[in-house]
Amino acid sequence: MTIVLGIETSCDETGVGIVRMPDSGVPELLANEIASSVEEHARFGGVVPEVASRAHLQAMVPAVHRALTTAGLTGRDVDAVAVTAGPGLAGALLVGVAAAKAYAAAWDVPLYGVNHLAAHVAVDTVQHGPLPPALALLVSGGHSSILAVPDLAGPVTPLGSTIDDAAGEAFDKVARLLGLPFPGGPWIDKAAREGDRNAIRFPRGLTGPRDAKHDFSFSGLKTAVARYVESLDGDVPVADVAASFQEAVTDVLTLKAVRAAQEFGMDTVLLGGGVAANSRLREMAEERCTAAGLTLRVPRPGLCTDNGAMVAALGAHLVHTGAQPSDLGIPANSSMPVTDVLV
Amino acid sequence: MLVLALDTSTPAVTAGLVRDGVTVAERVETDARKHGELLMPAVQAVCAEAGVALRELDAVVVGAGPGPFTGLRVGMVTAAALGDALGIPVHGVCSLDAIAAAVVADGPLTGNLLVVTDARRREVYWAAYEAEGARLSGPTVESPDALRERLPGLRLVAAAGTMADGFGLPVHEATPSPAGLVAVAPLHSAPGPLEPLYLRRPDAVPPGERKRVAR
Ligand SMILES: [Zn+2]
Repeated sequence: MTIVLGIETSCDETGVGIVRMPDSGVPELLANEIASSVEEHARFGGVVPEVASRAHLQAMVPAVHRALTTAGLTGRDVDAVAVTAGPGLAGALLVGVAAAKAYAAAWDVPLYGVNHLAAHVAVDTVQHGPLPPALALLVSGGHSSILAVPDLAGPVTPLGSTIDDAAGEAFDKVARLLGLPFPGGPWIDKAAREGDRNAIRFPRGLTGPRDAKHDFSFSGLKTAVARYVESLDGDVPVADVAASFQEAVTDVLTLKAVRAAQEFGMDTVLLGGGVAANSRLREMAEERCTAAGLTLRVPRPGLCTDNGAMVAALGAHLVHTGAQPSDLGIPANSSMPVTDVLV
Repeated sequence: MLVLALDTSTPAVTAGLVRDGVTVAERVETDARKHGELLMPAVQAVCAEAGVALRELDAVVVGAGPGPFTGLRVGMVTAAALGDALGIPVHGVCSLDAIAAAVVADGPLTGNLLVVTDARRREVYWAAYEAEGARLSGPTVESPDALRERLPGLRLVAAAGTMADGFGLPVHEATPSPAGLVAVAPLHSAPGPLEPLYLRRPDAVPPGERKRVAR
Protein backbone atom coordinates (compact mmCIF):
# COMPACT_ATOMS: atom_id res chain seq x y z
CA MET A 1 0.00 0.00 0.00
CA THR A 2 1.36 3.39 -1.01
CA ILE A 3 0.17 6.94 -0.31
CA VAL A 4 1.02 9.38 -3.10
CA LEU A 5 0.63 13.14 -2.90
CA GLY A 6 0.29 14.86 -6.30
CA ILE A 7 0.96 18.52 -7.13
CA GLU A 8 -0.36 20.27 -10.25
CA THR A 9 0.50 23.88 -11.25
CA SER A 10 0.68 23.80 -15.06
CA CYS A 11 -1.87 26.56 -15.62
CA ASP A 12 -4.14 28.55 -13.29
CA GLU A 13 -5.19 25.84 -10.81
CA THR A 14 -3.04 24.99 -7.80
CA GLY A 15 -4.02 21.37 -7.24
CA VAL A 16 -2.97 18.96 -4.51
CA GLY A 17 -4.40 15.46 -4.50
CA ILE A 18 -3.76 12.37 -2.41
CA VAL A 19 -4.28 8.82 -3.62
CA ARG A 20 -3.92 5.52 -1.77
CA MET A 21 -2.63 2.70 -3.96
CA PRO A 22 -3.32 -0.75 -2.48
CA ASP A 23 -1.37 -3.78 -3.69
CA SER A 24 -4.36 -4.63 -5.92
CA GLY A 25 -3.38 -1.68 -8.15
CA VAL A 26 -6.74 0.12 -8.07
CA PRO A 27 -6.14 3.59 -6.64
CA GLU A 28 -8.45 5.27 -4.16
CA LEU A 29 -8.87 9.04 -3.99
CA LEU A 30 -8.39 10.50 -0.50
CA ALA A 31 -8.21 14.25 -1.24
CA ASN A 32 -8.39 16.64 -4.16
CA GLU A 33 -7.85 20.27 -3.12
CA ILE A 34 -7.87 23.05 -5.71
CA ALA A 35 -7.16 26.76 -5.42
CA SER A 36 -7.94 28.57 -8.65
CA SER A 37 -6.78 32.00 -9.76
CA VAL A 38 -9.36 32.02 -12.59
CA GLU A 39 -11.16 35.08 -11.22
CA GLU A 40 -7.96 37.12 -11.35
CA HIS A 41 -7.64 36.30 -15.05
CA ALA A 42 -11.24 37.03 -16.00
CA ARG A 43 -10.72 40.69 -16.83
CA PHE A 44 -7.90 39.80 -19.21
CA GLY A 45 -10.02 37.26 -21.08
CA GLY A 46 -7.36 34.61 -20.67
CA VAL A 47 -4.75 33.27 -18.29
CA VAL A 48 -1.95 35.76 -17.50
CA PRO A 49 1.11 33.60 -16.73
CA GLU A 50 2.65 35.95 -14.14
CA VAL A 51 -0.64 36.29 -12.28
CA ALA A 52 -1.00 32.49 -12.26
CA SER A 53 2.56 31.97 -10.99
CA ARG A 54 2.13 34.48 -8.16
CA ALA A 55 -1.09 32.77 -7.13
CA HIS A 56 0.58 29.33 -7.12
CA LEU A 57 3.26 30.56 -4.72
CA GLN A 58 0.63 31.87 -2.30
CA ALA A 59 -1.65 28.83 -2.58
CA MET A 60 0.90 25.99 -2.54
CA VAL A 61 1.54 25.24 1.13
CA PRO A 62 -2.07 25.90 2.25
CA ALA A 63 -3.31 23.50 -0.46
CA VAL A 64 -0.97 20.75 0.77
CA HIS A 65 -2.29 21.33 4.29
CA ARG A 66 -5.91 21.11 3.24
CA ALA A 67 -5.26 17.93 1.27
CA LEU A 68 -3.53 16.22 4.21
CA THR A 69 -6.30 17.33 6.57
CA THR A 70 -9.03 16.09 4.21
CA ALA A 71 -7.27 12.74 3.91
CA GLY A 72 -6.80 12.53 7.68
CA LEU A 73 -3.04 12.15 7.23
CA THR A 74 0.18 13.92 8.15
CA GLY A 75 3.27 14.40 6.01
CA ARG A 76 4.83 11.38 7.67
CA ASP A 77 2.21 9.14 6.04
CA VAL A 78 3.17 10.17 2.49
CA ASP A 79 5.22 7.52 0.63
CA ALA A 80 5.87 9.40 -2.63
CA VAL A 81 5.39 12.85 -4.17
CA ALA A 82 4.30 13.27 -7.80
CA VAL A 83 4.27 16.56 -9.69
CA THR A 84 3.38 17.83 -13.13
CA ALA A 85 6.78 18.42 -14.77
CA GLY A 86 5.17 19.57 -18.04
CA PRO A 87 3.73 20.55 -20.43
CA GLY A 88 2.26 23.88 -19.34
CA LEU A 89 3.18 27.47 -18.50
CA ALA A 90 6.90 27.56 -17.65
CA GLY A 91 6.77 29.87 -14.63
CA ALA A 92 3.71 28.15 -13.23
CA LEU A 93 5.19 24.65 -13.55
CA LEU A 94 8.36 25.85 -11.82
CA VAL A 95 6.51 26.64 -8.58
CA GLY A 96 4.94 23.19 -8.33
CA VAL A 97 8.11 21.35 -9.27
CA ALA A 98 10.20 23.27 -6.71
CA ALA A 99 7.60 22.65 -3.99
CA ALA A 100 7.39 18.94 -4.82
CA LYS A 101 11.16 18.55 -4.61
CA ALA A 102 11.23 20.24 -1.22
CA TYR A 103 8.42 18.08 0.18
CA ALA A 104 10.00 14.91 -1.21
CA ALA A 105 13.41 15.79 0.26
CA ALA A 106 12.00 16.85 3.64
CA TRP A 107 9.81 13.75 3.96
CA ASP A 108 12.65 11.62 2.53
CA VAL A 109 10.42 9.95 -0.09
CA PRO A 110 10.83 9.49 -3.86
CA LEU A 111 9.77 12.14 -6.38
CA TYR A 112 7.98 11.42 -9.68
CA GLY A 113 7.93 14.24 -12.28
CA VAL A 114 5.05 13.28 -14.58
CA ASN A 115 3.35 14.34 -17.79
CA HIS A 116 0.22 16.44 -17.41
CA LEU A 117 -1.61 14.87 -20.35
CA ALA A 118 -0.96 11.31 -19.19
CA ALA A 119 -2.23 12.39 -15.76
CA HIS A 120 -5.53 13.56 -17.33
CA VAL A 121 -5.96 9.97 -18.53
CA ALA A 122 -4.82 8.28 -15.31
CA VAL A 123 -7.30 10.14 -13.10
CA ASP A 124 -10.20 8.13 -14.46
CA THR A 125 -8.95 5.07 -12.57
CA VAL A 126 -9.80 6.65 -9.20
CA GLN A 127 -13.44 6.83 -10.30
CA HIS A 128 -13.92 3.88 -12.69
CA GLY A 129 -11.13 1.45 -11.79
CA PRO A 130 -8.49 -0.12 -14.04
CA LEU A 131 -8.30 1.30 -17.56
CA PRO A 132 -8.07 -1.05 -20.55
CA PRO A 133 -6.11 0.17 -23.58
CA ALA A 134 -7.90 3.39 -24.53
CA LEU A 135 -8.16 6.17 -27.05
CA ALA A 136 -8.03 9.42 -25.09
CA LEU A 137 -9.58 12.68 -26.25
CA LEU A 138 -8.22 15.51 -24.08
CA VAL A 139 -9.81 18.91 -24.55
CA SER A 140 -9.26 22.04 -22.48
CA GLY A 141 -8.14 25.64 -22.73
CA GLY A 142 -4.59 24.41 -23.17
CA HIS A 143 -4.90 21.14 -25.10
CA SER A 144 -6.88 19.34 -27.79
CA SER A 145 -5.23 15.98 -28.28
CA ILE A 146 -6.03 12.48 -29.45
CA LEU A 147 -3.78 9.95 -27.75
CA ALA A 148 -3.44 6.19 -27.90
CA VAL A 149 -2.86 4.92 -24.35
CA PRO A 150 -2.14 1.18 -24.33
CA ASP A 151 -0.96 1.28 -20.73
CA LEU A 152 -1.02 4.05 -18.10
CA ALA A 153 2.57 3.67 -16.99
CA GLY A 154 3.90 3.08 -20.49
CA PRO A 155 4.51 5.35 -23.44
CA VAL A 156 1.58 7.29 -24.86
CA THR A 157 1.28 7.69 -28.63
CA PRO A 158 0.09 11.09 -29.83
CA LEU A 159 -2.18 10.68 -32.86
CA GLY A 160 -3.34 14.23 -33.39
CA SER A 161 -3.72 17.66 -31.84
CA THR A 162 -4.89 21.14 -32.70
CA ILE A 163 -2.98 23.00 -35.38
CA ASP A 164 -4.15 26.40 -34.07
CA ASP A 165 -6.47 27.13 -31.11
CA ALA A 166 -7.22 24.66 -28.34
CA ALA A 167 -10.93 23.78 -28.09
CA GLY A 168 -11.27 25.60 -24.78
CA GLU A 169 -9.70 28.70 -26.30
CA ALA A 170 -12.33 28.68 -29.04
CA PHE A 171 -15.00 28.59 -26.32
CA ASP A 172 -13.35 31.56 -24.59
CA LYS A 173 -13.09 33.60 -27.78
CA VAL A 174 -16.65 32.90 -28.92
CA ALA A 175 -17.94 33.70 -25.45
CA ARG A 176 -16.23 37.08 -25.69
CA LEU A 177 -17.85 37.69 -29.09
CA LEU A 178 -21.23 36.93 -27.54
CA GLY A 179 -20.63 39.12 -24.50
CA LEU A 180 -20.41 36.11 -22.15
CA PRO A 181 -17.88 35.96 -19.25
CA PHE A 182 -14.52 34.16 -19.05
CA PRO A 183 -13.99 31.22 -18.93
CA GLY A 184 -16.36 30.74 -21.83
CA GLY A 185 -17.08 27.00 -21.64
CA PRO A 186 -19.73 26.88 -18.91
CA TRP A 187 -21.46 30.02 -20.18
CA ILE A 188 -21.73 28.78 -23.74
CA ASP A 189 -23.00 25.44 -22.46
CA LYS A 190 -25.67 27.26 -20.45
CA ALA A 191 -26.70 29.65 -23.24
CA ALA A 192 -26.81 26.79 -25.74
CA ARG A 193 -29.51 24.98 -23.77
CA GLU A 194 -32.00 27.64 -24.84
CA GLY A 195 -30.82 27.65 -28.47
CA ASP A 196 -31.26 25.70 -31.69
CA ARG A 197 -28.09 23.77 -32.44
CA ASN A 198 -29.04 23.55 -36.12
CA ALA A 199 -29.84 27.25 -36.50
CA ILE A 200 -26.52 28.11 -38.16
CA ARG A 201 -24.28 25.68 -40.03
CA PHE A 202 -20.77 26.61 -38.88
CA PRO A 203 -17.75 24.95 -40.57
CA ARG A 204 -16.24 21.70 -39.27
CA GLY A 205 -12.47 22.23 -39.44
CA LEU A 206 -10.17 19.56 -40.94
CA THR A 207 -12.94 17.11 -41.79
CA GLY A 208 -12.38 17.03 -45.56
CA PRO A 209 -11.14 13.82 -47.22
CA ARG A 210 -7.64 15.20 -47.69
CA ASP A 211 -7.31 16.86 -44.25
CA ALA A 212 -5.12 15.52 -41.43
CA LYS A 213 -7.34 12.80 -40.03
CA HIS A 214 -6.62 13.15 -36.34
CA ASP A 215 -5.75 16.84 -36.09
CA PHE A 216 -8.05 19.70 -35.13
CA SER A 217 -8.46 23.31 -36.23
CA PHE A 218 -10.81 25.68 -34.45
CA SER A 219 -9.52 28.99 -35.77
CA GLY A 220 -11.72 28.94 -38.91
CA LEU A 221 -14.77 28.16 -36.82
CA LYS A 222 -14.04 31.07 -34.51
CA THR A 223 -13.66 33.39 -37.52
CA ALA A 224 -16.93 32.13 -39.01
CA VAL A 225 -18.73 32.88 -35.75
CA ALA A 226 -17.17 36.37 -35.68
CA ARG A 227 -18.26 37.07 -39.27
CA TYR A 228 -21.76 35.84 -38.56
CA VAL A 229 -22.07 38.01 -35.45
CA GLU A 230 -20.73 41.07 -37.32
CA SER A 231 -23.11 40.50 -40.24
CA LEU A 232 -26.10 40.81 -37.94
CA ASP A 233 -25.47 44.43 -37.00
CA GLY A 234 -26.55 44.13 -33.34
CA ASP A 235 -29.45 41.84 -32.40
CA VAL A 236 -27.42 38.60 -31.98
CA PRO A 237 -29.38 35.39 -31.23
CA VAL A 238 -26.89 34.44 -28.50
CA ALA A 239 -28.51 31.10 -27.63
CA ASP A 240 -28.63 29.93 -31.26
CA VAL A 241 -25.06 31.02 -31.99
CA ALA A 242 -23.81 29.33 -28.79
CA ALA A 243 -25.70 26.11 -29.56
CA SER A 244 -24.60 26.02 -33.21
CA PHE A 245 -20.97 26.76 -32.33
CA GLN A 246 -20.96 24.12 -29.58
CA GLU A 247 -22.48 21.63 -32.01
CA ALA A 248 -19.72 22.26 -34.55
CA VAL A 249 -16.97 21.75 -31.93
CA THR A 250 -18.46 18.60 -30.43
CA ASP A 251 -19.28 17.17 -33.85
CA VAL A 252 -15.62 17.34 -34.90
CA LEU A 253 -14.24 16.17 -31.55
CA THR A 254 -16.45 13.10 -31.27
CA LEU A 255 -16.22 12.19 -34.95
CA LYS A 256 -12.45 12.16 -34.80
CA ALA A 257 -12.22 10.35 -31.47
CA VAL A 258 -14.53 7.53 -32.57
CA ARG A 259 -12.80 7.20 -35.93
CA ALA A 260 -9.35 7.05 -34.28
CA ALA A 261 -10.52 4.43 -31.77
CA GLN A 262 -11.81 2.26 -34.60
CA GLU A 263 -8.70 2.72 -36.68
CA PHE A 264 -6.38 1.77 -33.83
CA GLY A 265 -8.54 -1.05 -32.50
CA MET A 266 -9.33 0.48 -29.12
CA ASP A 267 -12.62 -0.53 -27.49
CA THR A 268 -12.56 2.28 -24.93
CA VAL A 269 -12.70 6.04 -25.42
CA LEU A 270 -11.66 8.26 -22.55
CA LEU A 271 -12.72 11.89 -22.47
CA GLY A 272 -10.78 14.33 -20.28
CA GLY A 273 -9.75 17.97 -19.80
CA GLY A 274 -11.88 20.94 -18.78
CA VAL A 275 -14.01 20.92 -21.94
CA ALA A 276 -15.09 17.37 -21.06
CA ALA A 277 -17.41 19.05 -18.54
CA ASN A 278 -19.47 20.34 -21.51
CA SER A 279 -22.89 18.68 -21.42
CA ARG A 280 -23.36 18.46 -25.19
CA LEU A 281 -19.91 16.92 -25.67
CA ARG A 282 -20.64 14.25 -23.06
CA GLU A 283 -24.03 13.55 -24.62
CA MET A 284 -22.77 13.31 -28.20
CA ALA A 285 -19.72 11.26 -27.20
CA GLU A 286 -22.01 8.80 -25.42
CA GLU A 287 -24.33 8.52 -28.45
CA ARG A 288 -21.57 8.02 -30.96
CA CYS A 289 -19.53 5.61 -28.84
CA THR A 290 -22.61 3.50 -28.17
CA ALA A 291 -23.48 3.48 -31.87
CA ALA A 292 -19.91 2.36 -32.68
CA GLY A 293 -19.89 -0.32 -29.98
CA LEU A 294 -17.27 1.53 -27.90
CA THR A 295 -17.20 2.07 -24.17
CA LEU A 296 -17.00 5.72 -23.14
CA ARG A 297 -15.33 6.73 -19.89
CA VAL A 298 -15.59 10.29 -18.61
CA PRO A 299 -14.36 11.26 -15.13
CA ARG A 300 -16.67 13.53 -13.16
CA PRO A 301 -16.19 17.26 -13.93
CA GLY A 302 -14.03 17.93 -10.83
CA LEU A 303 -11.54 15.33 -12.06
CA CYS A 304 -11.63 16.52 -15.71
CA THR A 305 -10.37 20.03 -15.03
CA ASP A 306 -6.72 20.38 -13.95
CA ASN A 307 -6.24 18.97 -10.45
CA GLY A 308 -3.74 17.29 -8.14
CA ALA A 309 -5.60 13.97 -7.94
CA MET A 310 -4.73 13.21 -11.55
CA VAL A 311 -1.03 13.71 -10.81
CA ALA A 312 -1.25 11.57 -7.67
CA ALA A 313 -3.13 8.89 -9.65
CA LEU A 314 -0.47 8.70 -12.36
CA GLY A 315 2.27 8.79 -9.71
CA ALA A 316 0.57 5.90 -7.91
CA HIS A 317 0.53 3.82 -11.11
CA LEU A 318 4.20 4.54 -11.68
CA VAL A 319 5.08 3.54 -8.11
CA HIS A 320 2.95 0.41 -8.47
CA THR A 321 4.73 -0.64 -11.67
CA GLY A 322 8.16 -0.04 -10.12
CA ALA A 323 9.12 2.96 -12.25
CA GLN A 324 12.41 4.71 -11.49
CA PRO A 325 11.86 7.90 -9.40
CA SER A 326 12.94 11.29 -10.75
CA ASP A 327 16.10 13.09 -9.76
CA LEU A 328 15.78 16.22 -7.56
CA GLY A 329 17.53 18.13 -10.37
CA ILE A 330 14.72 17.64 -12.93
CA PRO A 331 13.60 20.73 -14.82
CA ALA A 332 10.07 21.96 -15.34
CA ASN A 333 9.57 21.40 -19.07
CA SER A 334 6.90 23.63 -20.63
CA SER A 335 6.96 21.66 -23.88
CA MET A 336 7.37 18.15 -22.46
CA PRO A 337 6.34 15.66 -25.15
CA VAL A 338 3.44 13.38 -24.30
CA THR A 339 5.55 10.38 -25.24
CA ASP A 340 7.43 11.00 -21.96
CA VAL A 341 5.14 9.91 -19.14
CA LEU A 342 7.84 10.41 -16.50
CA VAL A 343 11.08 12.45 -16.31
CA MET B 1 20.93 26.85 16.09
CA LEU B 2 21.21 25.29 12.62
CA VAL B 3 19.74 27.41 9.82
CA LEU B 4 19.37 26.67 6.11
CA ALA B 5 19.73 29.86 4.05
CA LEU B 6 18.49 30.09 0.45
CA ASP B 7 18.46 32.85 -2.13
CA THR B 8 17.39 32.85 -5.78
CA SER B 9 16.81 36.58 -6.25
CA THR B 10 19.85 37.07 -8.52
CA PRO B 11 21.35 34.87 -11.26
CA ALA B 12 23.11 33.00 -8.42
CA VAL B 13 21.51 30.02 -6.73
CA THR B 14 22.69 30.14 -3.11
CA ALA B 15 22.24 27.48 -0.46
CA GLY B 16 24.13 27.36 2.85
CA LEU B 17 24.06 25.97 6.34
CA VAL B 18 24.77 28.42 9.14
CA ARG B 19 25.28 27.15 12.68
CA ASP B 20 25.11 29.85 15.37
CA GLY B 21 26.11 32.52 12.86
CA VAL B 22 28.98 30.54 11.33
CA THR B 23 28.72 29.18 7.78
CA VAL B 24 29.45 25.44 7.81
CA ALA B 25 28.75 24.66 4.14
CA GLU B 26 27.65 26.65 1.12
CA ARG B 27 27.00 26.26 -2.60
CA VAL B 28 26.75 29.18 -5.02
CA GLU B 29 26.06 28.34 -8.65
CA THR B 30 25.27 30.94 -11.27
CA ASP B 31 22.79 30.16 -14.02
CA ALA B 32 19.79 32.46 -14.17
CA ARG B 33 17.79 29.96 -16.21
CA LYS B 34 18.32 26.94 -13.98
CA HIS B 35 17.26 28.01 -10.48
CA GLY B 36 14.67 25.24 -10.38
CA GLU B 37 17.15 22.56 -11.35
CA LEU B 38 20.07 23.67 -9.17
CA LEU B 39 18.50 24.59 -5.84
CA MET B 40 17.45 21.26 -4.24
CA PRO B 41 20.63 19.42 -5.33
CA ALA B 42 22.58 22.32 -3.76
CA VAL B 43 20.59 21.93 -0.53
CA GLN B 44 21.37 18.21 -0.50
CA ALA B 45 25.03 18.90 -1.21
CA VAL B 46 25.46 21.29 1.73
CA CYS B 47 23.69 18.86 4.04
CA ALA B 48 25.95 16.02 2.88
CA GLU B 49 29.04 18.17 3.28
CA ALA B 50 28.07 19.20 6.81
CA GLY B 51 26.88 15.70 7.68
CA VAL B 52 23.41 16.81 8.73
CA ALA B 53 19.92 15.67 7.74
CA LEU B 54 17.18 18.14 6.81
CA ARG B 55 15.19 17.12 9.90
CA GLU B 56 17.97 18.52 12.10
CA LEU B 57 17.32 22.07 10.84
CA ASP B 58 15.95 24.64 13.30
CA ALA B 59 14.86 27.28 10.76
CA VAL B 60 14.95 28.30 7.12
CA VAL B 61 15.87 31.81 5.96
CA VAL B 62 15.11 32.81 2.39
CA GLY B 63 15.84 35.91 0.34
CA ALA B 64 12.44 37.35 -0.60
CA GLY B 65 13.89 39.58 -3.28
CA PRO B 66 13.51 41.97 -4.85
CA GLY B 67 14.34 39.79 -7.82
CA PRO B 68 13.06 39.01 -11.28
CA PHE B 69 9.87 37.05 -10.95
CA THR B 70 10.43 33.50 -12.06
CA GLY B 71 13.67 32.56 -10.34
CA LEU B 72 12.75 34.34 -7.12
CA ARG B 73 9.76 32.06 -6.62
CA VAL B 74 11.94 28.92 -6.72
CA GLY B 75 13.70 29.89 -3.48
CA MET B 76 10.52 31.16 -1.87
CA VAL B 77 8.39 28.07 -2.52
CA THR B 78 11.27 25.73 -1.66
CA ALA B 79 11.73 27.47 1.69
CA ALA B 80 7.99 27.49 2.37
CA ALA B 81 7.61 23.79 1.56
CA LEU B 82 10.69 22.76 3.56
CA GLY B 83 9.51 24.76 6.54
CA ASP B 84 6.05 23.26 6.31
CA ALA B 85 7.24 19.68 5.87
CA LEU B 86 9.83 19.94 8.67
CA GLY B 87 7.60 21.95 11.01
CA ILE B 88 10.16 24.75 11.45
CA PRO B 89 9.90 28.54 11.00
CA VAL B 90 10.67 30.20 7.66
CA HIS B 91 11.92 33.77 7.68
CA GLY B 92 11.77 35.85 4.50
CA VAL B 93 14.34 38.65 4.38
CA CYS B 94 15.11 41.42 1.91
CA SER B 95 17.89 40.03 -0.30
CA LEU B 96 19.50 43.48 -0.59
CA ASP B 97 19.69 43.68 3.22
CA ALA B 98 21.57 40.37 3.20
CA ILE B 99 24.13 41.71 0.73
CA ALA B 100 24.60 44.84 2.86
CA ALA B 101 25.00 42.79 6.04
CA ALA B 102 27.80 40.75 4.48
CA VAL B 103 29.62 43.90 3.30
CA VAL B 104 29.36 45.52 6.73
CA ALA B 105 30.53 42.30 8.42
CA ASP B 106 33.72 42.43 6.31
CA GLY B 107 34.78 45.71 7.90
CA PRO B 108 33.33 49.09 8.83
CA LEU B 109 32.49 51.59 6.09
CA THR B 110 33.23 55.31 6.29
CA GLY B 111 29.87 56.27 4.82
CA ASN B 112 26.74 54.90 3.19
CA LEU B 113 26.45 51.79 1.00
CA LEU B 114 24.45 51.31 -2.19
CA VAL B 115 23.19 47.80 -3.00
CA VAL B 116 21.97 47.40 -6.55
CA THR B 117 20.90 44.31 -8.50
CA ASP B 118 19.50 43.54 -11.94
CA ALA B 119 15.74 43.94 -12.34
CA ARG B 120 15.90 43.22 -16.11
CA ARG B 121 13.99 45.39 -18.59
CA ARG B 122 16.75 48.01 -18.26
CA GLU B 123 15.95 48.65 -14.60
CA VAL B 124 17.67 47.94 -11.29
CA TYR B 125 16.55 47.14 -7.77
CA TRP B 126 18.37 49.22 -5.21
CA ALA B 127 18.49 50.18 -1.56
CA ALA B 128 20.88 52.41 0.45
CA TYR B 129 22.36 51.55 3.86
CA GLU B 130 24.18 53.47 6.54
CA ALA B 131 27.68 52.37 7.63
CA GLU B 132 26.38 49.92 10.26
CA GLY B 133 24.00 48.27 7.81
CA ALA B 134 20.63 49.86 8.65
CA ARG B 135 18.54 50.52 5.54
CA LEU B 136 18.13 54.21 4.72
CA SER B 137 15.94 53.94 1.65
CA GLY B 138 14.47 51.38 -0.75
CA PRO B 139 14.07 48.76 -1.94
CA THR B 140 13.07 50.50 -5.14
CA VAL B 141 12.94 49.53 -8.81
CA GLU B 142 13.84 52.12 -11.46
CA SER B 143 16.23 52.87 -14.33
CA PRO B 144 19.97 53.20 -13.63
CA ASP B 145 19.74 56.81 -14.85
CA ALA B 146 17.03 57.65 -12.34
CA LEU B 147 19.19 56.10 -9.61
CA ARG B 148 22.22 58.08 -10.78
CA GLU B 149 20.30 61.32 -10.26
CA ARG B 150 19.71 60.36 -6.63
CA LEU B 151 23.35 59.51 -5.90
CA PRO B 152 24.48 62.96 -4.68
CA GLY B 153 21.86 62.92 -1.93
CA LEU B 154 22.80 59.45 -0.68
CA ARG B 155 26.41 60.20 0.49
CA LEU B 156 27.70 56.81 -0.65
CA VAL B 157 31.20 55.39 -0.21
CA ALA B 158 30.71 51.94 -1.71
CA ALA B 159 28.43 49.80 -3.86
CA ALA B 160 27.55 46.10 -3.82
CA GLY B 161 25.27 43.77 -5.75
CA THR B 162 25.24 42.35 -9.29
CA MET B 163 24.85 45.82 -10.87
CA ALA B 164 27.26 47.69 -8.60
CA ASP B 165 29.59 48.60 -11.46
CA GLY B 166 29.08 51.91 -13.21
CA PHE B 167 28.20 54.18 -10.31
CA GLY B 168 31.77 55.39 -9.70
CA LEU B 169 32.03 53.63 -6.33
CA PRO B 170 34.32 50.87 -4.96
CA VAL B 171 32.56 47.57 -5.55
CA HIS B 172 31.90 44.85 -2.93
CA GLU B 173 30.30 41.42 -3.13
CA ALA B 174 27.60 40.72 -5.66
CA THR B 175 25.09 38.25 -4.27
CA PRO B 176 23.48 37.41 -0.92
CA SER B 177 25.59 35.00 1.18
CA PRO B 178 24.15 32.46 3.63
CA ALA B 179 25.75 34.32 6.56
CA GLY B 180 24.33 37.64 5.32
CA LEU B 181 20.84 36.18 4.94
CA VAL B 182 20.90 34.69 8.44
CA ALA B 183 22.39 37.89 9.94
CA VAL B 184 19.36 39.96 8.91
CA ALA B 185 16.73 37.36 9.86
CA PRO B 186 14.77 37.91 13.10
CA LEU B 187 15.43 34.33 14.19
CA HIS B 188 14.15 34.85 17.73
CA SER B 189 10.75 36.26 16.78
CA ALA B 190 7.83 34.53 15.13
CA PRO B 191 8.14 34.81 11.34
CA GLY B 192 5.79 37.13 9.48
CA PRO B 193 3.95 36.11 6.32
CA LEU B 194 6.30 35.04 3.53
CA GLU B 195 5.77 37.73 0.88
CA PRO B 196 7.97 38.07 -2.19
CA LEU B 197 9.23 41.58 -2.92
CA TYR B 198 8.15 41.85 -6.55
CA LEU B 199 8.07 45.68 -6.55
CA ARG B 200 6.31 45.52 -9.92
CA ARG B 201 2.81 44.61 -10.99
CA PRO B 202 2.38 41.64 -13.27
CA ASP B 203 2.23 42.59 -16.93
CA ALA B 204 -1.44 43.37 -17.19
CA VAL B 205 -1.84 42.77 -20.88
CA PRO B 206 -4.31 40.15 -22.03
CA PRO B 207 -2.36 37.26 -23.54
CA GLY B 208 -2.95 36.97 -27.28
CA GLU B 209 -2.49 33.26 -27.53
CA ARG B 210 -2.45 31.00 -24.58
CA LYS B 211 0.52 28.67 -24.55
CA ARG B 212 -0.40 25.75 -26.71
CA VAL B 213 0.54 22.42 -25.35
CA ALA B 214 2.60 20.12 -27.49
CA ARG B 215 1.15 17.07 -29.13
ZN1 LIG C 1 -4.97 20.05 -18.43
